[in-house]
Amino acid sequence: MRPRISTQTSNKTYALILSILILSFLLIPIPVLAQQDTLPPSPPTEVKAEDTPNDAGGSITIIWKKSADDIGVVRDDNKVKGYEILRSTRTDGEYELLGKTTAGAESYFDSHARNNIDYFYKIRALGLVSLSESLPSQPVKAKAQWVDWSRKYTFLLALILALSIVYFINQSKTGKELFIRKIAGLEAVTDAVGRATEMGRKIFYIPGISDMDNMQTIAGVTILGQVAKITAEYEAKLEVPTSRSLVMVSCRETIKEAYSNAGRPDLFNENMVYYLTDDQFGYTAAVDGLFVREKPAAIFFQGQFYAESLILAETGNYVGAIQIAGTGQPAQLPFFVAACDYTLIGEELFAASAYLSRDPKLLGSLKGQDVGKFIFLFFILVGSILLAFGVYDLRVFLR
Amino acid sequence: MVETIGIWIAAILTLGIFSFLYKDNPFYKFCESLFVGVSAGYWFATTFWQVMMPKLVDNLAAGRWIYIIGGIFGILMLLRLFPKIGWISRWSLALVVGTTAGLYFTRYLVSNGMVQTENTIMPIFVTGNLPQTIGNLVIVVGTFCGLVYFFFSKEHKGTFGGFAKVGIWFIMVSFGASFGYTVMSRMSLLLGRLDYLFGTWLGLIK
Repeated sequence: MRPRISTQTSNKTYALILSILILSFLLIPIPVLAQQDTLPPSPPTEVKAEDTPNDAGGSITIIWKKSADDIGVVRDDNKVKGYEILRSTRTDGEYELLGKTTAGAESYFDSHARNNIDYFYKIRALGLVSLSESLPSQPVKAKAQWVDWSRKYTFLLALILALSIVYFINQSKTGKELFIRKIAGLEAVTDAVGRATEMGRKIFYIPGISDMDNMQTIAGVTILGQVAKITAEYEAKLEVPTSRSLVMVSCRETIKEAYSNAGRPDLFNENMVYYLTDDQFGYTAAVDGLFVREKPAAIFFQGQFYAESLILAETGNYVGAIQIAGTGQPAQLPFFVAACDYTLIGEELFAASAYLSRDPKLLGSLKGQDVGKFIFLFFILVGSILLAFGVYDLRVFLR
Repeated sequence: MVETIGIWIAAILTLGIFSFLYKDNPFYKFCESLFVGVSAGYWFATTFWQVMMPKLVDNLAAGRWIYIIGGIFGILMLLRLFPKIGWISRWSLALVVGTTAGLYFTRYLVSNGMVQTENTIMPIFVTGNLPQTIGNLVIVVGTFCGLVYFFFSKEHKGTFGGFAKVGIWFIMVSFGASFGYTVMSRMSLLLGRLDYLFGTWLGLIK
């Protein structure tokens, strides 16, 4: 027979066991957690501050060795939760909080320093509830540098290019024939103007939808000068709708000069160039309407184009015009290639004005740029071979 | 009510522009003229409030007198309205064109020249990794030959011409891919407009 245990005795036993369990949970972990959380992390060491090199002043770079308790990643079990960067103008003065960075960081960029003032820096390691500070750094001043040495190779390459351009311009000026390979699209310019003259129809020149602060627009306006010269000689009717007022002014100047150079200033009329609207699709709608109503014999698209490229080129194709396009926009080139008779691809747009005019300055510039391309070709070919064999990394000269 | 009128106007004008797909017509001409006129006015107001006011007037009002130089060059542009002294406006044009060329010289040299060349230099074979080797070769050969195509100082004949031909093939393949990608994005624009007509306007799409 099982012994009977009274309810009172049983309750007391349970209460005792429960008390022991609760005490175990409360007492045993507390000292461990308290020790982890309240003890400050080791302070960062070797705090060094130096003027940021190759800049215009106003900045100091601070580096340090992270706390010995920092495991280097942002994680709950990392005793260091981050770092605070403190700055003062006196080593024993009051330090202001400059900024914060994450655990694992060992550098900070102070971009709010004033030039020629001594600054001292301290790094504070942040624990969960406590912190520790490093010793202050040595004093440092922010200074402006005259030369950015990190861009020395850029300067060298720019210098080589500039000297090459000057050399070839001089060569061209002395009467030396500079060879430029044939560019198919440009061979067709005279044919297109001649066709328009024979048909008695207009020639439309679209210089893109960007402003005069865009290199492609500038190239387009330069080519317009050459096209205008031919239209003046052929007495063809030229019309240039623009989407920017500054482009309109530039085009007028260019055409006026071209007509004067061709000996036909009387044929120039300011109304040949007019402004429509800055709005991309408003301009497109208007130009499309002009194409359909005027039925031009030739259309030139030379400059920077965006989504309107295919809409314009398709309409030009629909009215049966001979179309010569040129742009440096990779996304729009496929549309011009598909819808136009000739397309100047990328760099050909910039080469076009030199090719058409044979102007010594433009020819010299083009030849000088070829020197740059030759250097890049050399780097790509030799650099890739050397890298494959693990001999040398030429990329250091391009950074 | 106002919103409904707006939807109707937008839908009718959309149809007016779409009518050009059939042929040029008075309805399209009306929509085109309205579009050009409204957008020109809109851009004028936008330029005044987003360029003239914050970049010139506000700066001058704050005592930053250096901005008066830009203002003067802007006024010089307007001298075109007076034929006798209109030639002075060329100074402003010369400033814009010259500054643009100078600023872009180093920018393009670095971004289009040095950085792209740096990223193209890669080992033409990677031991034990055939896919990587093929990928690197395609990039190196494609860029090299593409650049040869844009070399203007030599006729595209012989071996050099062969490289240029490979280059233009690479360029055309990339154009094909780009064409397909862009056509897809244009289709989504058309679908957006059709959705407006059949959904927002006619309510046929819920």
